[in-house]
Amino acid sequence: MDLSYSPAHEEFRREVRKFLADNAGHYPKPFGVNRPTDEAKAWQGKLITHGYAARTIPAEYGGYGAQPDILKSHIIAEEFARAKAPWGFVNQGISMFVPTLLELGTEEQKRKWIAPTLRGEIVWCQGYSEPGAGSDLASLKTSAIEDGDDFVINGQKIWTTTAHAADMMFALVRTEPNAPNKYLGISYLIFSMRTPGIDVRPLRTMTGASEFNEVFFTDVRVPKSQIVGERGQGWAVSNATLKHERGMLGDPSASMARMNSILELMKTETVDGVRAIDLPVFRNRAMRLQGQVLAMQYHGMRLLTASAQGRDPGLARLIVKLRATEINYQLSALAVDVSGELGILAAESPLARSHGVWQKRNLFDLGMIIGGGTAQIQKNIIAERGLGLPREPKLAKDN
Amino acid sequence: MDFSLSDEQRLFQDELDKSLAALCPLARVRSHAGATNAFADDVWRGLCDLGIPGAIVPEAFGGLGLGVLDAALIAEKFGKHVVPSPFLAAMVIAPLAVAAAGSTEQQARLLPKIADGTLRIAAGISEWTAGARAGAGVDSRNGRLSGQALFVIDHVGAHQFLIADRNGGLHLVDSDAPGLDVVAIDTVDRTRDAAMLTFDGVVAETLASSSDDALRRITDAARLMLAADLLGAAWTMLDRAVEYAKVRHQFGRPIGSFQAVKHTCADMAAELEPGRALLWYAGYALDERLPDASLRCLHAKAYLADAARFVARTATEVHGGMGITDDLGLHFWLKRIGWSYQALGSPERLREEAAIVQGLIPPQRSTPA
Repeated sequence: MDLSYSPAHEEFRREVRKFLADNAGHYPKPFGVNRPTDEAKAWQGKLITHGYAARTIPAEYGGYGAQPDILKSHIIAEEFARAKAPWGFVNQGISMFVPTLLELGTEEQKRKWIAPTLRGEIVWCQGYSEPGAGSDLASLKTSAIEDGDDFVINGQKIWTTTAHAADMMFALVRTEPNAPNKYLGISYLIFSMRTPGIDVRPLRTMTGASEFNEVFFTDVRVPKSQIVGERGQGWAVSNATLKHERGMLGDPSASMARMNSILELMKTETVDGVRAIDLPVFRNRAMRLQGQVLAMQYHGMRLLTASAQGRDPGLARLIVKLRATEINYQLSALAVDVSGELGILAAESPLARSHGVWQKRNLFDLGMIIGGGTAQIQKNIIAERGLGLPREPKLAKDN
Repeated sequence: MDFSLSDEQRLFQDELDKSLAALCPLARVRSHAGATNAFADDVWRGLCDLGIPGAIVPEAFGGLGLGVLDAALIAEKFGKHVVPSPFLAAMVIAPLAVAAAGSTEQQARLLPKIADGTLRIAAGISEWTAGARAGAGVDSRNGRLSGQALFVIDHVGAHQFLIADRNGGLHLVDSDAPGLDVVAIDTVDRTRDAAMLTFDGVVAETLASSSDDALRRITDAARLMLAADLLGAAWTMLDRAVEYAKVRHQFGRPIGSFQAVKHTCADMAAELEPGRALLWYAGYALDERLPDASLRCLHAKAYLADAARFVARTATEVHGGMGITDDLGLHFWLKRIGWSYQALGSPERLREEAAIVQGLIPPQRSTPA
């Protein structure tokens, strides 16, 4: 254990602070699941130039090209959280597609796609889940039949974040329907969302927003060259991607920033003239969550150290998605609860606390518990891969 | 930056693990638990051979000169093996108190004997850490103590008692001092002890530099030891539940292949394991004397107490009816977790202190009644 900062790291922290101070008041507004605004793209460009986004992505692909340094990454996360400054883009293109390409893409693919993706010029969506293939993703049925130099895609995807705003999709499709089992015979294709035969329909959720879409494919022709990895090996390619998604879903610095916002809320929100922080029941809940957030924060540092040292932290890594999404849900629930009846107000209501953000987040957080592998699937993974418990016996006919 | 244990720390823990497994197997724990107010002399001598009593005594006084985090790694293994021996007061609270609050002369006189295991000191700091129950609290006047210390730790086989008075002063009292009455209070955890002490003008030696800072430091460290003990004990219960779920068959399948059991085990692991990182950080913060150390120690114990209690009852449930039998012995860990959960402050109390130390609410520690 040595968490001391070298003079070089202290200097780096000062640089980050100065950058944030110089830019305070000029942060771009959030753009949700829509295309990034020009203002946001300019900010992203600035972050990449300074190495605060796309930090370890090689410069020849449009990243900053720094060597991995967990301490510097940690300092950036801490300082951005402290300044409440917007991070570099966190989207499926950057968090999942780019790492997959870096691992498994051809040189040509890397050069063509990574840089514009990092800058927000190309927006990606992920075509994985289907109405009949959720937790059991490998049972997906969207077909891609070989025809000359193309695959011809027919079928449907669902839960497709940002599809309405996306330029491109990376998708799992079945290219080998007669493969010996369901895992073989899937391929990972990339194609333009403007290809004829693609129909995107928004899927409205309980937050009132349409973060997700359904995407229908009717005879969509995609050149065979637009495949990542080997034909029939898309399942392995997607597992590389899912690994990145699960990492993305737990950001302990963001949870700590939330915790601190809630403590501020509790100092101002009053009931019968008593501040929420002075009510022991709420205070106990807040402190319990603070302990959990701290534990996840240090747990994250432990995992970072392990990956920097090239060790697989095993079980410790597998629990992150389950715990982090649960704690985030409990955090927004506490914020709603300390506001009482005013906590359930819709964002537009003039009486809403913090512009109704906590109620909205709480609805959203429930989705996060389900998305990217449900809590129940996470528990299967923890138990089977982390603790070595036996799998469910296979049902007859289930390959 | 490196957020991991060093190779030396890992090796030390592995070696200690093997030694403790040999020193106190379940049969030895069971025989100890069956006796009344017994002192496990064989276990103590084994610990002395390993140098454990002097673990955090500075090398200049004959100890190993290890840090608080190292001591927590020892405590974790004590929890894992439910070691029936004085530890918390004798090997952590007492040496830290003498080092933090003793005069140079007191340190030179006491620390070498603590380090070689010839001086065992019990500790009564409960009124400061868990809160004073009705009638509890010790007054110090003209070098004499009067009153009551309710939950004194490691009294069996102790030569002296370290007592915190109502004002936070720290005093040493001989165990056979006139006017001192020691009554063992039996807890459900038979691997550790507790006593109620009544003082009637008992002559005491005051630690010369007693201060709030010294009391804060020993309290933080002592709570951290309990957090580590909870982690070790809870992982043993979880490991045993997982192993049992692999071999126990019902409906023609190992019960661990049923999601009801599998998810239960996953929940235990997911709640418990992040506490390890919190424990490491808190120990590091104490060793480095970082300003956030107290808050982290409070959270570490509160977190691990919650998680360990959940594991204790749930791991027992995974064992079905066997879980509650004496024969299986799982209850030694469950009861030890129960002891550690309450000792030196339950999670509710610790979280109140956490709110106080970060200035969210004003200090409101009630003077022991």
